[in-house]
Amino acid sequence: MQPVIAPDTVTLVVGPEQGRRRRNRTKTLESYGFLAPTLILLLVLMIVPIVMVVGYSFLDNVILNKNPEFVGIQNYLTILGDSGFIRAISNTLVFTITSVVAHLVLGLTFAMLLNSELIGRVPRAIFRALYILPWLFTAAVIAVLWRMLLAPNGVVNYLLNTDVEWLASPELALGSVTFINIWAGYPFFMVSLLAGLQGIPAELHEAARVDGASGIQRFFNVTIPQLRPIIVSLVLLDLIWTSQQFALIWMTTGGGPINVTEMLSTYTYKLAFSKYDFALASTSAVLVLLLSMVLAFFYVRHQKARD
Amino acid sequence: MAMTVKARRRTMRAGVVIGLVLGAIFAAAPVLWMLSSSFKSNTEIFELPPRLLTDSFSFDAYIAIFTDPEKLRFFLNSYIVAGSVTLLTLFVAIQAAYAFSRFEFRGKRIFNVMIVSVQAVPPITLLIPYFGLVVLLGLYNTYPGLIFTYMVFTLPYAIIMMTGYFNTLPRELDEAVRVDGAGSFTALWRVLVPISVPGIVSVGVYTFMIAWNEYLFALTLTRTVDMRTVPIGIQLLMGQHSYEWNEIMAMSILGSIPVLVLFLFFQRYFISGLTSGSVKS
Repeated sequence: MQPVIAPDTVTLVVGPEQGRRRRNRTKTLESYGFLAPTLILLLVLMIVPIVMVVGYSFLDNVILNKNPEFVGIQNYLTILGDSGFIRAISNTLVFTITSVVAHLVLGLTFAMLLNSELIGRVPRAIFRALYILPWLFTAAVIAVLWRMLLAPNGVVNYLLNTDVEWLASPELALGSVTFINIWAGYPFFMVSLLAGLQGIPAELHEAARVDGASGIQRFFNVTIPQLRPIIVSLVLLDLIWTSQQFALIWMTTGGGPINVTEMLSTYTYKLAFSKYDFALASTSAVLVLLLSMVLAFFYVRHQKARD
Repeated sequence: MAMTVKARRRTMRAGVVIGLVLGAIFAAAPVLWMLSSSFKSNTEIFELPPRLLTDSFSFDAYIAIFTDPEKLRFFLNSYIVAGSVTLLTLFVAIQAAYAFSRFEFRGKRIFNVMIVSVQAVPPITLLIPYFGLVVLLGLYNTYPGLIFTYMVFTLPYAIIMMTGYFNTLPRELDEAVRVDGAGSFTALWRVLVPISVPGIVSVGVYTFMIAWNEYLFALTLTRTVDMRTVPIGIQLLMGQHSYEWNEIMAMSILGSIPVLVLFLFFQRYFISGLTSGSVKS
């Protein structure tokens, strides 16, 4: 299941109170007291591991080697010259961008349908409950469910009157895992956009209607501009999460057949835990981290701008 | 050319209804098929043409899981890990949220950005050093090894959600107690926490769900079958028993029930908590 976090809860804190210099020092000490467990955990679980993995990436095979040697940027040259890594980047890009675009389109479509005043309250509640369903299952369940549906003698092939191996064919596998990820991820967009739609003041639509705007014009000139901040947040968050997706790929195709669904996450995992090359795996992991930090930078900046 | 307003409305309504029904099939049919398969025999699951209900409706797959200690152990492990993560996360996050909500202090912005950024750190990046650390500390294949590593994912969300909740409560509540001479710690745990129960429960439920669903670390930081959690158990079932699909589907449903139940009871909060801030003027 995708995290249920709100795109905007991320803009936390900055309390209303300022000044009162006299009490500041004791307040700072007191605050640190309350923050101590968090800071210790973040140090042990975040700072130390990141320093470690960056360190690993400059050594020859760590963890297995008792006395690893410093090899400079050799690992980075090896990784960047590996066609498997390049393949993983391109697969991750295709998988991520297709997923995010489809999440947005499906999420917005379903949110608009659910927000329509043409249906009653009860059907609306029922449809909304049905639409949220895929969100409630964890990646492991989604993976086995779709492996059953997409099996050669499975129900999808029967309904489409086809006879293909969706997850085992080099031509279809990447599209298939992307489709599964689309199915699993749109409700997060839908729920957030539905709330966004309900927050648009009715007067805006009313005013546009009085000015003679058609439904399509109102969609592009009222609805979309009003939703833009939420859409940007959702897209950035989804880019971060989808580019890191591991469980779904690992349990459906494992990166195969012949690497057509290999993502940066599965590529890195295999380097570490199948080939036991922890140094190269760390190098790859550092590159994945850098990619995510670029996205996170835009996300944090966008959140600040919204305040 | 010009339709009457009424006719146009009727056409639009029909369009909306058709769209809704197609969407519902897309969303719910796979889940319905999972449910139906869990009550079938294995031969009937791939029977053509596929039928939602078969003659030999049975609970055999569920009984097989409930009578197998190995599979029940997956559930026990998941409850132990997710439960511990939830309690520890709440204890730590409540204090951090109190500091963020009630105090101005040096470094607040930096800590804030740090906590937000943690959410973007890829799990795969942390996995390799965690593996090294967990082996080094003798925590490989143990509950604490999983519990502590999970906190890096649960803590940021919990702090952010909890801070938001505390911010909605009037500062006078706990400040009054502090002015009367009680320490901040007392003000937090005696005054603020008791009235924050709805918020705390929601954060706890959310934390539990993240921990219950975690896959990558559970896969890598445990080794023996008796330490595996539910998501790994589902995968093991897939590999070991050469595709006993009814059991795999039954296990998937049983493994989803805690999350489904929690979501059902707390969805009002989740949806509103999810969206309350999202529509800023």
